[in-house]
Amino acid sequence: MTVASAKEDLVSPPVRRRKKFDKQGRLAFWLLLPACIAVFGVIIYPMFRTLIVSLFQVNSALATVTPFVGFGNYLHVLSDSDFWAAIGRTFYFTIVSTALELVLGLIVALLLNANLKWRWLFRTIVVIPWAIPTIVNAAMWKGIFNAQYGALNALLTQLGIIHQYQAWLGDPNLALNMVILADVWKTVPLVAFFLLAGLTSIPTELYEAAKLDRAGWPRIFRSIVLPMLVPSISIVLVLRTVEAFKVFDIIYAMTRGGPVDGTSTVAYFAYETAFSDQNFGVGSAISYIITIFILALSAVYLRLLRRSEMSLL
Amino acid sequence: MSRVITRRQRNSLLIHVAAWIVAIACLAPVSYMVLASITPQRVLITTPLQWIPSHLDFSRYVTIFQGDADSVGATFRAAMVNSTIVALGTVAISMVVGILGAYAFARLRFRFRRAILVLFLATYMLPQIATLIPLYLILNSLGLLDTTGGLILCDCALVVPFVLWILSNYFLSIPDELEEAARVDGTTRMGALWYVVLPAARPGIFAAIMFAFLLAWDEFMYALIFTSSDNSKTLPVAISEFAGRYTTDFGLVAAGGLLAALPPLVIAIIFQRYIVSGMAAGAVKG
Repeated sequence: MTVASAKEDLVSPPVRRRKKFDKQGRLAFWLLLPACIAVFGVIIYPMFRTLIVSLFQVNSALATVTPFVGFGNYLHVLSDSDFWAAIGRTFYFTIVSTALELVLGLIVALLLNANLKWRWLFRTIVVIPWAIPTIVNAAMWKGIFNAQYGALNALLTQLGIIHQYQAWLGDPNLALNMVILADVWKTVPLVAFFLLAGLTSIPTELYEAAKLDRAGWPRIFRSIVLPMLVPSISIVLVLRTVEAFKVFDIIYAMTRGGPVDGTSTVAYFAYETAFSDQNFGVGSAISYIITIFILALSAVYLRLLRRSEMSLL
Repeated sequence: MSRVITRRQRNSLLIHVAAWIVAIACLAPVSYMVLASITPQRVLITTPLQWIPSHLDFSRYVTIFQGDADSVGATFRAAMVNSTIVALGTVAISMVVGILGAYAFARLRFRFRRAILVLFLATYMLPQIATLIPLYLILNSLGLLDTTGGLILCDCALVVPFVLWILSNYFLSIPDELEEAARVDGTTRMGALWYVVLPAARPGIFAAIMFAFLLAWDEFMYALIFTSSDNSKTLPVAISEFAGRYTTDFGLVAAGGLLAALPPLVIAIIFQRYIVSGMAAGAVKG
């Protein structure tokens, strides 16, 4: 809340304030109505329906016989070892990709902010991976990692690093790491630009003061840059964690969850259960469990965010 | 010229080397895709790989642009049109709806303001898959399945919260006094929004348009489930089908992928300078 409006509150008598409040409330209602319809209309009712479906056994989109099973679907999912394996892979994907994106993103942000000769050109180049659509990115890396003709095999062989072409997407564990690599390549620029926005808002006086104190770069980074970036870093952390936990597109396009489920994250697992196995009840239950996981993660983050005095929240 | 390299020069050299490495890492995969799209199939699968082909083969682009009604080209061209309609429609609706809502959040005081804002932002946490089955049934009963209109409807629900977030933060960074001056002159709130706030918020608006376009162009899961023909199939779905069907012809997938990436690339490069200025105020209130 701004100083100006707070001052106004003190001056105006309570009655007038109440009236003004109501008038603003009515305007706010009309201004927010379209957004509420566009967002909640398309999300709230379906979310509610999915909750209902998750309590029934629904084995086809057009099923007529749908026995009520209560929490049966949830119990089924929670006792399914495949589900827990998918959760494990999702956590691995989320932690590794978010960590890499933050560290690399910070480095790229510092470079974007540095005194470079062709800074505009560098900024333009760094935007490129982010602008490439996820599915195209997936297809591109699938080609690069190809076991027979891929560019990665060609490059590493010609450099003498490997002697035989590798099936990069052929081994479950390796494939997951390769998908992470593709995801990180696309996302680091976005993270970097977010952090750059935070970097540019650091007042130059702080750097000048540090220079007067003859502080070296490591010290400036630790005592000025990092603390001032905490709000930006926390936003990026929330956004990326949530996004990574929901990851679906890149998995679908690169590996379809394979080989041997090695890249089947929990959103992909839910998709397969609902749409390939036509088990809509269980699929709905899984998507609710994912939602609960994400809300729990976000609650932890939001608490941290509030402590760092984020705007609006 | 002194032969001793100062610390400053050494640092500058290090920074430039690092920037080169980052630039190469960004460009190398894309360059490979460009090369693959114009390398003859025979050359593309040779070992050891001949990076620069001795002669170029543009036949894939010809197939995509001129292939007849049953070819990959026809599907691709239809998808290009559909993606354009869906992205532009989503951006237009989300921006109008988002600007009005963001103004309310930034300038008006009303009950449950914070709760409503948090609710909007919380929708971002929900996995799309949790709304997929009911949305399918709803679109089906409205006759909107396999239409671009249905897809726009669903995409807006994803994009509007983002626009609200970027713009309400940006509007907050514009001094109240500007608007108050206009309102003293008798302008209504909506007039002040149109004539004062929007022009002042131009970087935030451009950043929001860019994010909205990229999100809509990129959307995959709804398009995968809700579209089934050239009537509404968007590029991400078309490309993923290509990649599944023509596993041996990476060149064709690369050519299609590059064309699909072109519109967002152009937009991102043009609006690139607004990411920072639009977010600088947007991301963090100092």
